[in-house]
Amino acid sequence: MKLKWWHVGLLIALGLAILSPLASPWPDGLERVAEDKGFIEAALEPAFEIIPDYVFPGVGNEALATIVAGLVGTLILFGLSYGVGEMLKKRETG
Amino acid sequence: MHIPDGFLNAATAATTYVVSAGGVGYSIKEANRKLGDRHVPLMGVMGAFVFAAQMLNFPVIGGTSGHLIGGALAAILLGPWAGTLIMACVLIVQCLVFQDGGITALGANVFNMGLVACFVGYYLYQAVVSLMGEGRRSTLVGGFVGAWASVFVASIACALELAVSGRSPLGVVLPAMAGVHALIGIGEGLITTAVLAFVRATRADLLKLQKV
Repeated sequence: MKLKWWHVGLLIALGLAILSPLASPWPDGLERVAEDKGFIEAALEPAFEIIPDYVFPGVGNEALATIVAGLVGTLILFGLSYGVGEMLKKRETG
Repeated sequence: MHIPDGFLNAATAATTYVVSAGGVGYSIKEANRKLGDRHVPLMGVMGAFVFAAQMLNFPVIGGTSGHLIGGALAAILLGPWAGTLIMACVLIVQCLVFQDGGITALGANVFNMGLVACFVGYYLYQAVVSLMGEGRRSTLVGGFVGAWASVFVASIACALELAVSGRSPLGVVLPAMAGVHALIGIGEGLITTAVLAFVRATRADLLKLQKV
């Protein structure tokens, strides 16, 4: 099978997910402002957890758990946004 | 910039839910009218790319990081309504599966990082391209300007929601949010420009897809 451009696009996204353990652990802009301005404590714990903090549960090595979470999420998003596009695209009449 | 549960009051959460639901509803109508077979794989790739790139926080200043939002990039390639659909997919999965962004704040997050980022990014990009004329330079400059502004304006929207919710006075939270996101926006601009340059060099036809 010939590699199509969007196969390459998906592989690039999966490659980025593999790099995810290299991400900066520092708080992001909103978290930083919430800490500095004293309202970070207002944040509530989520009602349920599936893959919290982008760490796949049950994987001992944290870097590996992050990579697995990233790959799972990237594939979910590929399938979901592809599916949404396929479902919503215009229908040729006739 | 994912708002967790607890930051917004009920009125702000409800209002942004209604506005975002309306925006996503209209996106669906626009997709039904304009989205073609050639858009579909790009929708999939953009959803995957935005999710993966959002995991890669980059340091900005002492002890603060930022990450790509991606709304401007998605909107420049696919159009603002299709971009909003992609961002809604990303934010819903992040909220429900990864507990990033609160369920009660999902409406505000889709508003800020979906509708606001996509429309600001898309129309500023288009303005720059029409001012400078079609070409590689205008694509890259427009991409940077649109992407930077998408983060900056989204952070202002976020600050307004926090202030209205009584978290912090507007005079405090607005300059703080806009200031740090003016820096994070530079990262957004550089990544967006790099991706647009790559797409232009390898599959320039994708830049010419009808915008949805």
